[in-house]
Amino acid sequence: MTRKPFILRNPSILIVLAVLALFTVAVTALSAAYGTGAIPTSMVKVLGKTLCLALAAVAMDLVWGYLGILSLGQMAFFALGGYMIGQWLMYARTEAIVAASMAGNPIPPTPQELQEGVANQIFGVVGSADLPLVWSFAHSLPLQLILVVAVPGLLALVFGWLAFRSRVNGVYLSILTQAMTLALALWLFQNDSGFRGNNGLSGLQNIPGLDGIDQATLSVWFLWASAAALGLAYVLAAWVVSGKFGSVIRAIRDDETRVRFLGYPVEGFKLAVFTLAAMLTAVAGALYYPQAGIINPAELMPIASIYLAVWVAIGGRGRLYGAIIGAVVVSLLSSWFTGGRAPAIHLPGYTVNWVDWWQVALGLGFVLVTLFAPKGIAGLFDRLSPPRRVPAPEPQAKEAQA
Amino acid sequence: MMKKLSAMLALTTAMALATGAMAQDGEPIKIGVLHSLSGTMAISETTLKDTVLMMVEQQNAKGGLLGRPIEAVVVDPASDWPLFAEKARELLTVSDVDAIFGCWTSVSRKSVLPVIEELNGLLFYPVQYEGEESSKNVIYTGAAPNQQAIPAVDYMADELGVEKWALLGTDYVYPRTTNNILDAYLKGKGVAEGDIFVNYTPFGHSDWSKIVADVVALGADGKKVGVVSTINGDANVGFYKELAAAGVSADDIPVMAFSVGEEELAGLDTTNLVGHLAAWNYFQSAESDANAAFIEEWKAFIGDDKRVTNDPMEATVIGFNAWVAAVEKAGTTDVDPVLDAIVGVEVPNLTGGTATVLPNHHLTKPVLIGEIREDGQFDIVSQTEPVPGDAWTDFLPESAKLDADWPGKDCGMFNTETNACVQVQSNY
Amino acid sequence: MIRPLIALVLTLCLALPASANPALEAVIADNLDQIQKPSRKTVEPLVAEIAATGPEGLALLSAWAGRALGVTDDGRLLIVDGDSARDAVTGAAVPDADPKMLRPNSGVRSVIESALVAGEISSPDPARRAAALASIARDGTAGHLAALRAAPPEADPALAAQRERATNLLAIRFDPDPAARVAAIEGMAGDVGLDFRAALNPLLAVTRVASPTEPKANIARELTIGGDFPREAAIALLTANGTLQPRLTPADQRNALAANIVDGAVAGIPVAELDDPAARDRAYEALEAAGAVPPAATDAEAEAALAANRFFETYAEADRAVTDAARAAQTRAQVRLAAMTGIDLGLDALSLASIYFLAAIGLAITFGVMRVINMAHGEFIMMGAYTGYVTQTLIANRTLSLVVALPLAFAVTFAAGVLLYRLVIRHLANRPLETLLATFGVSIALQQLAKNIFGTQARPLTAPAWLEGSITVNDVISISSIRVAIFVLALLFLGLFLFIMKRTRLGLEVRAVTQNPGMSASMGINPDRIAMMTFGLGSGIAGIAGVAIGLFAQVTSELGQQYIVQSFMTVVVGGVGNIWGTLAGAALIGGLSKVIEFFNPSNTLAAQTFMILFIVIFIQFRPRGIIPQRGRAAEA
Repeated sequence: MTRKPFILRNPSILIVLAVLALFTVAVTALSAAYGTGAIPTSMVKVLGKTLCLALAAVAMDLVWGYLGILSLGQMAFFALGGYMIGQWLMYARTEAIVAASMAGNPIPPTPQELQEGVANQIFGVVGSADLPLVWSFAHSLPLQLILVVAVPGLLALVFGWLAFRSRVNGVYLSILTQAMTLALALWLFQNDSGFRGNNGLSGLQNIPGLDGIDQATLSVWFLWASAAALGLAYVLAAWVVSGKFGSVIRAIRDDETRVRFLGYPVEGFKLAVFTLAAMLTAVAGALYYPQAGIINPAELMPIASIYLAVWVAIGGRGRLYGAIIGAVVVSLLSSWFTGGRAPAIHLPGYTVNWVDWWQVALGLGFVLVTLFAPKGIAGLFDRLSPPRRVPAPEPQAKEAQA
Repeated sequence: MMKKLSAMLALTTAMALATGAMAQDGEPIKIGVLHSLSGTMAISETTLKDTVLMMVEQQNAKGGLLGRPIEAVVVDPASDWPLFAEKARELLTVSDVDAIFGCWTSVSRKSVLPVIEELNGLLFYPVQYEGEESSKNVIYTGAAPNQQAIPAVDYMADELGVEKWALLGTDYVYPRTTNNILDAYLKGKGVAEGDIFVNYTPFGHSDWSKIVADVVALGADGKKVGVVSTINGDANVGFYKELAAAGVSADDIPVMAFSVGEEELAGLDTTNLVGHLAAWNYFQSAESDANAAFIEEWKAFIGDDKRVTNDPMEATVIGFNAWVAAVEKAGTTDVDPVLDAIVGVEVPNLTGGTATVLPNHHLTKPVLIGEIREDGQFDIVSQTEPVPGDAWTDFLPESAKLDADWPGKDCGMFNTETNACVQVQSNY
Repeated sequence: MIRPLIALVLTLCLALPASANPALEAVIADNLDQIQKPSRKTVEPLVAEIAATGPEGLALLSAWAGRALGVTDDGRLLIVDGDSARDAVTGAAVPDADPKMLRPNSGVRSVIESALVAGEISSPDPARRAAALASIARDGTAGHLAALRAAPPEADPALAAQRERATNLLAIRFDPDPAARVAAIEGMAGDVGLDFRAALNPLLAVTRVASPTEPKANIARELTIGGDFPREAAIALLTANGTLQPRLTPADQRNALAANIVDGAVAGIPVAELDDPAARDRAYEALEAAGAVPPAATDAEAEAALAANRFFETYAEADRAVTDAARAAQTRAQVRLAAMTGIDLGLDALSLASIYFLAAIGLAITFGVMRVINMAHGEFIMMGAYTGYVTQTLIANRTLSLVVALPLAFAVTFAAGVLLYRLVIRHLANRPLETLLATFGVSIALQQLAKNIFGTQARPLTAPAWLEGSITVNDVISISSIRVAIFVLALLFLGLFLFIMKRTRLGLEVRAVTQNPGMSASMGINPDRIAMMTFGLGSGIAGIAGVAIGLFAQVTSELGQQYIVQSFMTVVVGGVGNIWGTLAGAALIGGLSKVIEFFNPSNTLAAQTFMILFIVIFIQFRPRGIIPQRGRAAEA
């Protein structure tokens, strides 16, 4: 049998890309900047952010659905990506402001004075005036862009190497990843860490050098960028899980010991996928936070990563489009129900306000999905059209022993 | 007496309903309520949401505003800072609100600021904060440091004879900046470096035994120790319980809190805390007719006789009334005319004085210092005349030279040394 | 303490004829304003004046300090006792008075109490004598020393000891005779009491001075530059006393240059080039040479000044003998003090460990036996705390309510645990990761439900009176009673757990199911029932832990979240499936956090960060925890 390109062997890729393209064109046509304005800018931003979350979910699915590691610390990479790009956004914008205000001085500022001014602007809010060492590259966009993938990638590499080498797996590994993100969050919460503590980095929606362009236009640009990133990442992830490499990592998920006996360097495979997923997540974060406008250590708290896992579970893990569906459905529903526009249900004697009850419904929803639809929403597609070849991911197999 | 009052209340309600019906004509004026109803901050913010809703109801009962009813759009930013920005944009562009009442803690405000400034919205921020900011689009109805922290520290030094200071705070920007200002202020007053002990704890901290022991040990120098607490929210419960257990009485080591009000004290037994202090611009125990009426209305509105009132609620009330007055003065709800009109607006506060909106978008507020009573209320032991809020503190060199004057200089960060506007937009 | 005092004074007043006290009346009339708005700084002469007017004056003062003094609209002062009021000057009863009550702040009250002390020391009432001693201990004056020495002998042995201590401490500070001070210091040497240290430390406080010759003062030591006295400190000292010109700061330099711009250039250097520090230095030097700006201090000048001066630390206390005695006493106390600080830290660590243990023990049971991570465990803790709160609102007696709340919390969370097991966990058998997610769903639902029911405010849960306060060994070692109670509770549960596991049928069956579910099922054990019981038991203990935690911390819907991650860590670090492991894990985490906190007292957050970082690294090297499980179950 001649090997067809992996995209043709996996038609779902084309469907996803087509839907994504259609979606992007439709949103653009309905946006305030390039179209009718039927979709307000705030909604465009929500959609753009949702695409980033979907990208993070795809990476999560790679790690969990295909590799079998329930990482409860994925959002650490997401937020780190955001922090790295945020450093440049903040520094460059502040530098422009400071330079403009110092231009009025009788004597032109020295580079030293300029930097002190920037530091004072950025850190004055949190009661410090020195530029910490971690901001050494903040003046340069290319360097920070490299850091966006390098820092989370390195963290994943070191953490993964330590953990996999020690054969930490199953629930232990989940807790360990959770501890990792908690430690990082607590560290960032400290003012002394140099990332502005609880205040985080803010004002990220104003892109330096693009002052003349309004948020309506910028939001569409970011939507395009997010869609492109998601599309590329999807293809990349699909390529990774196809072919022999994909078979090996699925085999690791199902029975790590046997794969090791067969002579495969299990740790190497795990490390490669874990690091790749971390970098994809970081890219998602770097695109997400300029749309959100602010990043803060609360984003790294373990609960955020658990939510990510839940999205993937609801969407259907072990299939990449499932992750996208889960992330999109749940985050958009959350946004709608907390927006105060969901109609209240009037029961005799009690009014159900969704603001109060949405979390309860969401929580019970997880339970029901886990109990009754273990393959998630994507699993429903199987029922609609029985697949020709049954790849049948059986993630339970390994866990049964864990 | 009670009967008469309730009869009067019933009458006013009936009248309110009648006029309320009149106000239903015309397109409603929309205001946004941007307070977290879930997550960690919901503890404090839900009350403020209810306060705004009560004010809206009362205003509508009075015939609305400009002959139109007011409609509150409530959203839930869920204590998630990026969500504050998202919801603010939604309120301004989708719901088209004319003013937003909301935010709690500086992070949420800094998250909303760029959006508000970009879209020229109007935010009323009702919480005491660290200053160092004056935005064109924000009215700060809470206290600036010179309306709370500085007078409180003066009180401790002068009236309680405190010589050694423990600045305990939750690790976020308000305590950090406030403590920086206090540090500079105290050193300016001749307090030595070694006589200031600073500690930061995480949100919701509950293991206080070591910290309380550290504070007690400060007394080894023979100097009177005082605690300035910027500990936020429910972490105070554990702190005060530990303090009481350690037998630290207010006579030995007085604790002055900036974030502990009636609401927080409702969460614990105060018998052992009697005499410890809090500095605010309002206490429920303030004796004035306006306050008595407000408490009555609040209890009726919320349907719970045990609910307390607190300082951020008063700030919300003042903010709402100031906005109403400014809208009436401007004759429109458009942001720019309202902002022009609001400077100089005087509205009664609940402690028997008036609050004036200043050119730097802060208010004049009296500083009250209260000692905790057994019933969870405060004995007001000191009350000043209204103090004008200072956006840029005089005690940090970088901000001492800055000034904010929106109607005069159209600038919130004006360098008085170089006579130039540093920047029109705020720092976030 | 004030109330019986007032009553006593009032009876005294009653006995007197209702005669006016003209002196008091005059003082009041002259100072009414200050009486209404007193300030600690200025009130002292007024208090002395009032005290001098006789018993009515003293009665007025104690009423004032006790916040029992009111002022009428026409400026008369009334002493109010419950519903009755009497004129402070005449002692005549004033019916239907509606005075405005005066609220002197605690600073003013302490001034008044201090003025009343002299008379109170020899009072027949021991409670008043004790109060007077407490007031002296808080802020004693030289006058108090004389009063204490003049007072008649104290009969009550406890009070006598207190009085002797107070006298000695005052003697150290105020006795005019240095020999008496030295004797007092030596008499108390080795004591680690806070009050003694508070008396010594001011004597030993030093100031640093720079001077070419040895100053005429009580010199503690001469400083040499280097080590704990860096060069910068010496230069700062010289700058402060005017010997050295301050160094030129960049800002001063810039301002000086800006003031000398001539035709777009400073000293011939174009302004545009002045964005370079070197160019600025050149420009400044040129200006200096032209005499346009004052010369800046140079390194050579600093060197010369450093060489010409000697540096000393001098005591504020002038008497050499006293400082020597104080230093000796302090040195003696230091070792003991360090040891006691260590013990106190150990107690804190023990307390934190027992809290973690209590929070984690239920999790250890469910995780150890069933390999199920129950994310809703934290919410069971919260449910327990709320059960305690509800019980306390229903039963006013706190001891009784606690006695009811503990089993009730167990019952409620046991039921919740069983329900969770029947409805969810049983259906996800052998899928631990999915169980984790499902229980997480339950967790967020329960949390929001608690918010909807109890509101978002923290709810009060108060310990009974006998658990209030602390167990105090001395001023250094003390631990609050509630923490001791939690420690005892943790021990109790350890014992209970061991008993159930080792001595009961249930324990046997649980151990069997843990080892080999299939085999135990074929031996007639119902694994499903065993799992349900263990789950209920674990959850029930979480409920009790909730009551305990609520007693010392805050009861909110987020209570559980605070402990859930730490509980996981405790279980994992300790080693799964072994109660001793959980104990070891809790001890390690509790102890470690306190040690880190000790080294970095100003930042508790850092302590938590490092603690978790340590755990992450620890697990890498001991993936199975401190006490790893052995045998076949470990392989699963």
